[in-house]
Amino acid sequence: MNGRRGTQVVAIALAASIVGSLAAVVVYALGGAPHLEGVFIGVALGGLGVGLILWAKAFLPEGGEVQERENLAPGAKEESAAEESLQRGVRELDRRRFLVRMAAGAVGALGLAAVFPIRSLGARPGDVLIDTPWSDGVRAVDSSGNPIAATDVEIGQVTTVYPEGHLQAADAITLLIGLPPGTDVPVPGRESWSVDGIVAYSKICTHVGCPVGLYEPTTQQLFCPCHQSVFQVSNGARPTGGPATRALPQLPLGVDDNGWIVARGGFSEAPGPGFWSRPLGDR
Amino acid sequence: MIGRLLTALDRRLGAASFAKRALDKVFPDHWSFMLGEIALYSLLVLVVTGVFLTFFFDPSQAATVYQGSYSPLAGADVSQAYRSVVGISFDVRAGLVMRQTHHWAALVFVGAIVVHLGRVFFTGAFRKPRDINWIVGVTLLILAIANGFTGYSLPDDTLSGTGLRVAYSFALSIPLVGEWLAFLVFGGEYPAEGMIPRLYSVHIMVVPILIGALLALHLGLVWHQKHTQFPGKGRTEHNVVGSRLWPTYAMKSVGLFFVVAAVLFVLGGLVQINPIWLYGPYDPASASSPAQPDWYLGWTEGAVRLFPSWELSMAGREIPNPFFPGVLLPGLTFLIIYAWPFLEARFTRDHEIHNLLDRPRDRPLRTALGVTTFTFYFVLFLAASNDLIAKWLSVDIHTVTSTFRWLLLLVPPLVGLLTLLLLRTLVRSGADRLTEIPIGAFGGSGRKNPPGK
Repeated sequence: MNGRRGTQVVAIALAASIVGSLAAVVVYALGGAPHLEGVFIGVALGGLGVGLILWAKAFLPEGGEVQERENLAPGAKEESAAEESLQRGVRELDRRRFLVRMAAGAVGALGLAAVFPIRSLGARPGDVLIDTPWSDGVRAVDSSGNPIAATDVEIGQVTTVYPEGHLQAADAITLLIGLPPGTDVPVPGRESWSVDGIVAYSKICTHVGCPVGLYEPTTQQLFCPCHQSVFQVSNGARPTGGPATRALPQLPLGVDDNGWIVARGGFSEAPGPGFWSRPLGDR
Repeated sequence: MIGRLLTALDRRLGAASFAKRALDKVFPDHWSFMLGEIALYSLLVLVVTGVFLTFFFDPSQAATVYQGSYSPLAGADVSQAYRSVVGISFDVRAGLVMRQTHHWAALVFVGAIVVHLGRVFFTGAFRKPRDINWIVGVTLLILAIANGFTGYSLPDDTLSGTGLRVAYSFALSIPLVGEWLAFLVFGGEYPAEGMIPRLYSVHIMVVPILIGALLALHLGLVWHQKHTQFPGKGRTEHNVVGSRLWPTYAMKSVGLFFVVAAVLFVLGGLVQINPIWLYGPYDPASASSPAQPDWYLGWTEGAVRLFPSWELSMAGREIPNPFFPGVLLPGLTFLIIYAWPFLEARFTRDHEIHNLLDRPRDRPLRTALGVTTFTFYFVLFLAASNDLIAKWLSVDIHTVTSTFRWLLLLVPPLVGLLTLLLLRTLVRSGADRLTEIPIGAFGGSGRKNPPGK
């Protein structure tokens, strides 16, 4: 690029930048439009950037400058001098060994005291990970709080329910599933946990806790949209594919005096993903 | 005028000799040295757009009813956080551009750091005396990923809530301390009440301060130790050949900043990203499918999807499945990255100071190992989209997953082996580039004389 041509190109880039800035101001003043704002701010910034780079390429000296690297570590002499300075201080402190120990103790105690505010950051884990608001007699309600009758749940349909009065309890979210007659093979000991072919399982995946939202009525399988675990609802919601290792916990169902679906107790085990002290096996 | 200012500063600070050295400082020229600068300038864009967003974002999980101008959500029960982000997108003038540019800048920031790390790795720039700056740089990568994730989690939409749920479960899965750790980090059982305000403090204060401090250290060390350079005419271990800071290098670098910012703003204006008004507010009872995290967490997501349904339980305790791909794999990954300069020095018995870079081909084993590793994580990254791939190909999802398991075991070593053989042939043949290798060189079994050029 000769001098004149270089000047022209750089000037055009800088002029484009000015136009871009002004256009962005106009767009903004007229009420704004995200696409145009992005483009014009882009032209304003890009024109300036391209202009500066072309300027450097056309007119500034590039390369060829040589600078020596000074030796960062000239030698052992300086290092031993630094060490000697350090030792001088240590020797002076060492004369009051008792005070050194006291100071260390004070700093240690302060560190210990500083740990306690960290404790405020969270509640004590424990039973809260295992217990849910479900218990004997608690009604299952939908997301608007309406109770559900057994006749409301049709075969092949899933309904998301919550324990009455606890719509916010994320660990208690449950699916009511109407299974076709004769397909359900209950886990031994849970033969009486269903109502008219309706079974209830935790909606929280036992893998990493996504809601297991996709139901395939023809095969009675639940799919997790996050990591593709598959649970066979008609067989105790045992995992048959994907990374999940544990069945979805089951909720024992019953019907109260008014015909509404209620729980007959808590989940068969802690809902959601696993953790170190999770009680193994059924409760 | 400028002379008088310099005099005034020098009389008070003794600034003149530093200014002279700084302005005359020589930086070597090579395109690959710009990668770190791209990361730096993305960070600048992140700070500017991020400060703008803080003026409008409300980090609160309190329930409210949406009444803004985006009509499909009218009357919806949402959190204040979600409401304010939809507000930034539709009711704050230039808000959407700022928000989308912020998100794009985050993606480019982490991307530029990873490519920069690749440059430093494949050219041996991490060797003594820069092993210490490698540690600072890897920590910056971790912090960048952490801040990307915390930022992604703030809008309280379906996708971000699902991401947080997964992160909580990872923390919960850690043996012995998992329950305490998850509760202390998130504030209680998921979804805890103060979660988003807490993430917000971390996102706009804690991590940015750490990034700022470590970045200053990172650049300070580059300045003090002087930049590496490729071998060439007149270049030795004891000099730096290139352009002076003032004005050549400064003008090119400032120009690069504006170009990076321009690209990010054009992306932010034209290419939609994270349209949370389409995802809807977070509801623990619903998740969207398909769901993918931002690209820089794709490798952990892929690992979680590929890891078989194994878990350990013994003596009444269990180590749940997500611990292995979600905690152990990332932990080991970064441990090995941190340790690499020291591992390599140990195996090559090379404890010398290096200021000249390697050409990747001249270190076939290191390059092949690096290529194997990058391929491994790239396969994991692709596996994070196994649901999308199954949909596109109309294949069963579990077939796709088991295919990926085989690919993960087979492809990286194969690619690494191929790299090793090609590079050895390349060096032996003396050719300048891969396409110039004489055919005969491939059949060569031992020490033939290089044809010489």
